[in-house]
Amino acid sequence: MKFFKETDVVVIGGGIVGTAILRELSKYELKCLLVEKEPDVAVGTTKANSAVLHAGFDAPTGSWKQKTNVRGNVLYHQLQDELDLDIKWTGSLVVATNEEETQKLEALLERGRANGVPGLEILSREEVLAKEPNLTTAKAALWAPTAGVVWPFGCAVAFAQCAVQNGAEVIRDCAVTGFVKEDGAVTIVNTTKGAIRTKYVINAAGVYAEEIARLAGDESFTISPRKGEYILFDKTAAPSLVWGIVFPCPTEISKGILICTTTHGNTFIGPNAQEQDNKDDTSVTPAGMDEIIAGARKLIPNLPLGASITEFAGLRAVSDTGDFVLGVSKVAGFFNAAGIQSPGVAAAPAIAEVVVEAIAQEMYLRKKSNWNGRLPKKAVFNRMTASEKQKAIAKNRLYGRVICRCETVTEGEIVDAIHEPVGARTVDGVKRRTRAGMGRCQGGFCGPRVTQIIARELEIPVEAVLKERQGSELYFKKFQE
Amino acid sequence: MLSNLQTIVDKFIKYAKKEIEKMETKVLNCIMCPMGCEMTVTLENGKFVSVTGNSCPRGARYAETEVTDPRRMLTTTVRIRGGLLPLLPVVSVEVLPKGRIADCVAYLRNITAEAPVKAGDVIVHDILGLGVDIVASRNM
Amino acid sequence: MKLYDVVIVGGGPGGLSAAYSAYRNGAKKILVIERDRELGGILQQCIHNGFGLHHFKEELTGPGYAGRCIDLIKDKTEIETLTDTMVLSVSKDKQVTAVNPDKGLFTVQGKTVILTMGCRERTRGAIRTAGERPAGVFTAGAAQRMVNMEGYLPGKKIVILGSGDIGLIMARRMSLEGCKVQAVCEICPYSNGLTRNMVQCLYDFDIPLYLSHTILKIKGRDRVEGVTIAKVDEKMRPIPGTEFDIECDTLLLSVGLIPENELSMAAGVEIAPFTNGPKVNQRRQTNLPGVYAAGNVVHVHDLVDFVSDEAEIAGKFAALEAQGKLAPTVDTVAVMPVNGIRTCVPQVLHLPEGGEPVRLFMRAGAPDLKVTLEVKCGDEVLVKKKLPVVKPSEMITLDIPAAKTALMHDAVTVGLQPKQV
Repeated sequence: MKFFKETDVVVIGGGIVGTAILRELSKYELKCLLVEKEPDVAVGTTKANSAVLHAGFDAPTGSWKQKTNVRGNVLYHQLQDELDLDIKWTGSLVVATNEEETQKLEALLERGRANGVPGLEILSREEVLAKEPNLTTAKAALWAPTAGVVWPFGCAVAFAQCAVQNGAEVIRDCAVTGFVKEDGAVTIVNTTKGAIRTKYVINAAGVYAEEIARLAGDESFTISPRKGEYILFDKTAAPSLVWGIVFPCPTEISKGILICTTTHGNTFIGPNAQEQDNKDDTSVTPAGMDEIIAGARKLIPNLPLGASITEFAGLRAVSDTGDFVLGVSKVAGFFNAAGIQSPGVAAAPAIAEVVVEAIAQEMYLRKKSNWNGRLPKKAVFNRMTASEKQKAIAKNRLYGRVICRCETVTEGEIVDAIHEPVGARTVDGVKRRTRAGMGRCQGGFCGPRVTQIIARELEIPVEAVLKERQGSELYFKKFQE
Repeated sequence: MLSNLQTIVDKFIKYAKKEIEKMETKVLNCIMCPMGCEMTVTLENGKFVSVTGNSCPRGARYAETEVTDPRRMLTTTVRIRGGLLPLLPVVSVEVLPKGRIADCVAYLRNITAEAPVKAGDVIVHDILGLGVDIVASRNM
Repeated sequence: MKLYDVVIVGGGPGGLSAAYSAYRNGAKKILVIERDRELGGILQQCIHNGFGLHHFKEELTGPGYAGRCIDLIKDKTEIETLTDTMVLSVSKDKQVTAVNPDKGLFTVQGKTVILTMGCRERTRGAIRTAGERPAGVFTAGAAQRMVNMEGYLPGKKIVILGSGDIGLIMARRMSLEGCKVQAVCEICPYSNGLTRNMVQCLYDFDIPLYLSHTILKIKGRDRVEGVTIAKVDEKMRPIPGTEFDIECDTLLLSVGLIPENELSMAAGVEIAPFTNGPKVNQRRQTNLPGVYAAGNVVHVHDLVDFVSDEAEIAGKFAALEAQGKLAPTVDTVAVMPVNGIRTCVPQVLHLPEGGEPVRLFMRAGAPDLKVTLEVKCGDEVLVKKKLPVVKPSEMITLDIPAAKTALMHDAVTVGLQPKQV
């Protein structure tokens, strides 16, 4: 039988968890590949979340959530430099607006200390206002200096690129359709591109992890999608909002509707927490937006709603086990990295360690001696000095043509984002890697231009260029030849 | 005597009905310039009699044709070979019959101009025999 | 660093008219910087006609108007133009930094700078329409560019949100291109476009217009599949129970234009409320010495002819200032829109000895009939003008003679006379 691919480990799912696992695997002498059903990585929950590297005080002590969160937070300090990740270590505030909430802060503080989170303290109203002058309703807050804001899709792409430069493979537009077992162990992964022979399978399929597990015969958990909606503001609104990460007091099911300014300076409010059945529904709803606005107003009564530039929603993959589902399943050769909801982004590199450790129990893993964990620094035109800009343009004149005027992104960066490892092939893929289209005009100016650049660089017709998924073609040809 | 009166009344009613049918008024907005004056046109037997409400003679002329023979300017694009852009914007030199606009557009879909072209160059002469030229709107 | 008398940011009708006017008023070194591949700005994609009736005394298409402006400057050695060049910053000292593939990054010094960057379109994110984020949602202008210049359609079955001129023009354009325009939806109880566009773009094509309606939700995950529309009340809130769906694969948004003042704000130009553009005097001077602004970047126009008029003013005074022939502004007086007038430009009047003729450009806040426009200084009425019709979508102009401006001493108001009951 001729296989599409033959490998040692297949990772299913190209989100921040799957790519982190692939990178971890690439450190060892083994063959590994990742299959992602969409045309790009990081198209699921990874592109629609709060982007917070939590300090780790929320998670129940002793849970996978707690252990991987705290460890992940530490790992990101190292990864930031190695992989040139966009991270701002702003610290976070959990704000209490009344006496009852102030009591809750004490409980969080206790748990945080038990979880091994450093530097936690309760701040007075004056101290809170000194950090965030717009939090006029604050009575007190829990301050966690080790929290940070990250650019999650940038991380997923960086993890994937690091893996690829060390011999791993990322196969997009490749959906898993089933498994074949020999002696009760999974040995073949059937996909829309063909059959893959493998020794091990890692299930990092996000909201679809339950379906993937069931295909393999593992029915030990269910995943319910819980939607979280967000409203994002123009960068000019940040001074009337917050500089860092601000949480309300948490509820039983959710960390609450937070207000946070991203690594690129856009403030967002959200998410709410809405149970639903449909795993494909990431629509923003009128009721959801009302809920987020009302929630954020409890912290900052005067929201600059006229400055909103986009709204989006993501689905938390909530496991019925109450914790992450990590490690070997009852099906031989099949490992889970499932149920990754908050603090998933923070935990991702630590989850990768845990899962690869689980594989090490079954297969002798030898570390590569020549593993290259560094990625070159990204060329970001709008962050360059004048002389750096001149050098970049002298090297590649396309760095002299600005395509996205809101975010000052040049054609050179867009072309590079298309041709780099795990490069962009869609308009949203370009957007996530370069920021083109994320500004206040939301692609009104650059959208048509980006589409034409993708068509030119990938040598496909303009009418074949996708926005995101299959079926999202943007334009139609006027004249049939 | 009475029958004569009846005939006279019937004749009169018939006459009045005819007169009413012959005369009709239509209200329309002028499109000749952004003012958009609301005009009232009186027609008799489908023929233009008079117009009120216009602010200028252009409006009066528009009103007259609009109710009897509506016409429109056509602006669209044609393909062009060798130009800065793949499309050349074109404009009709005069108004065309409104009912033939779709035919003109269909005809122009099969026209490809050749660069260089100057603003005003005739791209299609006497389109569909309607006596109106289609010219380039710009240099390319 | 090259020194120019006048550096103009933006080579659309504003920048081109300013350049020609600066030249006619004696400026010897003028630079126009344009980010698109050719001059002409937004006009190049506005292939319809209706331009130039006032300015060129002829009805022209957008590209035709642009061509006239370009012809006026193209053989003048005093006027240099750069295309495919993006201005990255303007400093308060009138240094303009720009970039293009050939010259790389460069800075020029202007004795004066004229800002004519135009405006951008309001987006779906700004109006927060619910739904997924499928392909097929475009602003009308972005779609217009693809259709008229690049040769691609945004879709086949179209719903348009917003009955302003851009939305109406695109309704006609898409119909002529063989698409089915299912509906135009307008949140106000009246259309915001010119009457001629209602006739030529909607009635001619039997396109339904839903006034007092808005789009609640966009349907479809990867590509638009339809929209859910609802009627709104007098506060523009959706009325429950009035929802219905319209099938479409494309939603075009024509929901407003916003002056593009990122460069202005970064330079320290004071932005006026209501217009979202620089606060200017009748010479189109901003608060920064030597920095002028004109056209859509100051306030959104509906007729390009007025953009040229405004830009010519800026060009003239910038040229005079560059030649040292302009006396500094002395007495200034604020101009406040009141009573039914929502915006008025200029917001400030410079009052030299003996006054100076001034043209005010205004917009009404709501449609009205048989109104009287009044310019008052305190309680004294200086100028009155009867207007048969006012609409928010149509700019009103009013000329104030020098003799009247000479009488101004205190805050000036521009408003509609309260109606006699």
